[in-house]
Amino acid sequence: MNVATLAHLYLSDAEVNTYLHQLDSILTYMDKLNELDTTNVDALAQPLFDAASNEQAALREDRTVPCNLWEEVSRRAPDPNSSFFRVPKVIER
Amino acid sequence: MTGDSSWSVSSIRTALESKQISARELAAEFFGHIEAQNPRLNAFLTLSRERALSQAARIDHLAAQGAPLPSLAGVPIAVKDVISTRGIRTTCGSRILENYFPAFDATAVDRLVRAGAVVLGKTNCDEFAMGSSNENSAFGPVRNPAAPDRVPGGSSGGSAAAVAAGLAVAALGTDTGGSIRQPGALCGIPAMMPSYGRVSRYGLIAFASSLDRIGPFARSVRDTAAVLEVIAGHDPNDSTSASSPVGHYTADLDKPVNGLRLGIAREYFQEGMDPEVRQKVELGIRLLEDLGCRRVDLRMPYTDYAIATYYILATAEASSNLARYDGVRYGLRVPANTLHDMYGRTRGLGFGPEVKRRIMLGTYALSAGYYDAYYLKGQKVRTLITRDFREAFTKVDAIITPTSPVPAFRIGERTSDPLQMYLADIYTVTGSLAGVPGISIPCGSTKQGLPVGLQIFGPHFGESCVLQLAHAFEAAGGFEL
Repeated sequence: MNVATLAHLYLSDAEVNTYLHQLDSILTYMDKLNELDTTNVDALAQPLFDAASNEQAALREDRTVPCNLWEEVSRRAPDPNSSFFRVPKVIER
Repeated sequence: MTGDSSWSVSSIRTALESKQISARELAAEFFGHIEAQNPRLNAFLTLSRERALSQAARIDHLAAQGAPLPSLAGVPIAVKDVISTRGIRTTCGSRILENYFPAFDATAVDRLVRAGAVVLGKTNCDEFAMGSSNENSAFGPVRNPAAPDRVPGGSSGGSAAAVAAGLAVAALGTDTGGSIRQPGALCGIPAMMPSYGRVSRYGLIAFASSLDRIGPFARSVRDTAAVLEVIAGHDPNDSTSASSPVGHYTADLDKPVNGLRLGIAREYFQEGMDPEVRQKVELGIRLLEDLGCRRVDLRMPYTDYAIATYYILATAEASSNLARYDGVRYGLRVPANTLHDMYGRTRGLGFGPEVKRRIMLGTYALSAGYYDAYYLKGQKVRTLITRDFREAFTKVDAIITPTSPVPAFRIGERTSDPLQMYLADIYTVTGSLAGVPGISIPCGSTKQGLPVGLQIFGPHFGESCVLQLAHAFEAAGGFEL
């Protein structure tokens, strides 16, 4: 399934079979929205602010605040290394 | 059904002030209840004894000095395991975060602690809050205290069960499409989803950012209001947090409700609803009319499109939010030779079936060629559903609906068909999409003793009115209808 690849999700063959069937019926149900004409309807990204009139409300000054959490964060990281997280080589992919 | 513990926010304060009990003794009493009942209920995933006892000691110190006690002094609280707690394991009910220990507290938790509350531990939930039965937890289902072979609802099932069983006086849950209100209904306790923007989401591990909200469970409407009052308010760390002033929820509880206009929309009383649920909710509406409220019949024509809209938008947002679980910085890592292989294996092993299903649905809805047909279409229909609410609130002060079309169902009864499970969220997802506040309150039980929930929606930031109605309903005996 291409979607699983896009989502970086390894699935077993059994999972693929189950999901294909289930996603198909869910997506068919979602097609119900096509009954509605939304030609002149604006899209709503989030319900609180009327973005046009209230954009300033969500903005604040960009200040630097100290955040010395590396030790705490790295202690439980899968593979920390001095001040980095180590991952498999990406250069020769 | 409730346990033997009858503590409330105010009775705890009285007992602490008169030195009948110390906060440490009270915490120990609750840990005792948890030890006795949790093996059966599976409501708690992690206990935070050390932190609880040091918080309690701070309250005892204040009480010993005769200093004024903060508003939630000594109140034992449970926190859903999708909300970050510094140094306390926070799993989101997922294998991928089985050993994750946040480096900071969520703002809601920080506010509770500052108000004197004692955090007992973290409660079980559907993985990443995705589910309506708590059966999607990687750590096993929670049992409903009222009927142990049945689900507590979800996704905040552990928080609801903990409060209903008397293992905590109050709890925090999160609600994206009904995850506070529905388990509140199925466990028979008040459960409140505040307006979008009312409570900071900082430290709430994201599922669907335009829908997620934190809110309280308690045993009474008064305690629900007391907790909400503490956690509500603007937070610079959440850009969607609202700066409008927080209401005086507890002080306003006793304001009269007579003359309030209650909207009843026929779209919320359709086929497929359990007849006993319908009967109890209709009795509940009659009780509110007896209290002097006026019934106004409404139409909310876009209700029928809410499930499809919700499951497109929520899964799209989830697929994006959950991209962060890649095995690089924290959580599970399955080693592999290439980075992409590591991502795929880590996520394939770490996520459970429902989370994978939703990530795929959301990825599909956002993918090139389908974005307009699903995601954008969903956002447009969200506008229409929101308009239903906006128009309704020009005619009424609150909208009354059932919380869930069915009472608690048996564990395992509905797991085979995900779409059927989604459809049961019909009465809660509408308010989630519209951003309005809603509370579920107990409204009697079925003949089998299963709790029924009545839902009250208010307009944006109309929490005070919603809580007043809920409180008047409780005071008039509505919980035992």
